[in-house]
Amino acid sequence: MIGKSAIVVLAIALIAASSSLLAQGVTSGLRGPTPLNEEGPAPPMTPMRNTAEREIRNYPEQPPVIPHSIDGYQVDMNGNKCLSCHARARTGESQAPMVSITHFMDRDGQFLASVSPRRYFCTECHVPQNVTTPPVTNDFVDIDSILNPPAPGGRR
Amino acid sequence: MSDVDKAPRQGWFARAWNFVLELWNVLIRPSSVFGLGVLVLAGFVAGVIFWGGFNTALELTNTEKFCTGCHEMRDNVFAELKSTIHFTNRSGVRATCPDCHVPHNWTDKIARKMQASKEVWGHLFGSIDTRDKFVDNRLELALHEWARFKANDSLECRNCHSAQSMDITKQSPRASVAHQRFLFTGEKTCIDCHKGIAHHLPDMRGVPGWQ
Repeated sequence: MIGKSAIVVLAIALIAASSSLLAQGVTSGLRGPTPLNEEGPAPPMTPMRNTAEREIRNYPEQPPVIPHSIDGYQVDMNGNKCLSCHARARTGESQAPMVSITHFMDRDGQFLASVSPRRYFCTECHVPQNVTTPPVTNDFVDIDSILNPPAPGGRR
Repeated sequence: MSDVDKAPRQGWFARAWNFVLELWNVLIRPSSVFGLGVLVLAGFVAGVIFWGGFNTALELTNTEKFCTGCHEMRDNVFAELKSTIHFTNRSGVRATCPDCHVPHNWTDKIARKMQASKEVWGHLFGSIDTRDKFVDNRLELALHEWARFKANDSLECRNCHSAQSMDITKQSPRASVAHQRFLFTGEKTCIDCHKGIAHHLPDMRGVPGWQ
């Protein structure tokens, strides 16, 4: 008898909990308050970061981000607009950083004379940045701050 | 037999020359029916009609609707234009085909229109009537346009984009530096750097400034 009433109470509690969940929805930084079974309005598009000033890398192996707009830049079998500034022979006129020598290496570790086909499509790794506030927080800590914690007056 | 011997059949040149002489006699003979004023007025009106009609017809061939009337243009280059800044942008000002591909000044325009008769030939004989044929010929077609822009110092670009009115403080740092180094010094012209600004690029191997 006690068991039966306990099941009923539990069931009522479950239904109440699930209905309140459905009504509330899940609020997350990326989705906003839109219920999970609906599609919310798209956030407005934000402008491209276009300062042309290099950004520091968060870790040494990070592909550097593109600090300028790349709207309409064609990168395909016919041509690579990025390389018309970043190729070795073009950096004199453009004053852009040259694509690193690692991009000349094929998958057998052999260095070719120019960019290897597997490293040809720049935006597979390098991406431009938008001016926007990140919707989710990030507690990433730079390795240098771990190795050398700031200690004013202390021993380095 | 004797008739033919007496009056041998003249060559086409002699017959044409005789016709010209006859026409000349008609033209220099003073009118005995119409008054001088009527003739002058009629000439003036006819001149207005013919000249106006000619230019109106010329302008009709200078519209995007006319250009995209052929599927070669509509399905290839016009389709590619649609995603570029010369078709869609924040202010809604846009370039149509003739803005970039036909000189605005009359003499050059007529010269370009005469060259365009080859494009009519190409259309009639289907030299780029499929996508594959177009892609195969794209480099040659692009080379013609690049050569034209290079030769006239990118005149069609400069009809809208004047170096004098260019406010480099409003440009991105990259654009500002490049325009000061290469455009204002006259070292390069627009098309040298801005290839593929309105259409997709052909195979760029061997094109200066490209890999």
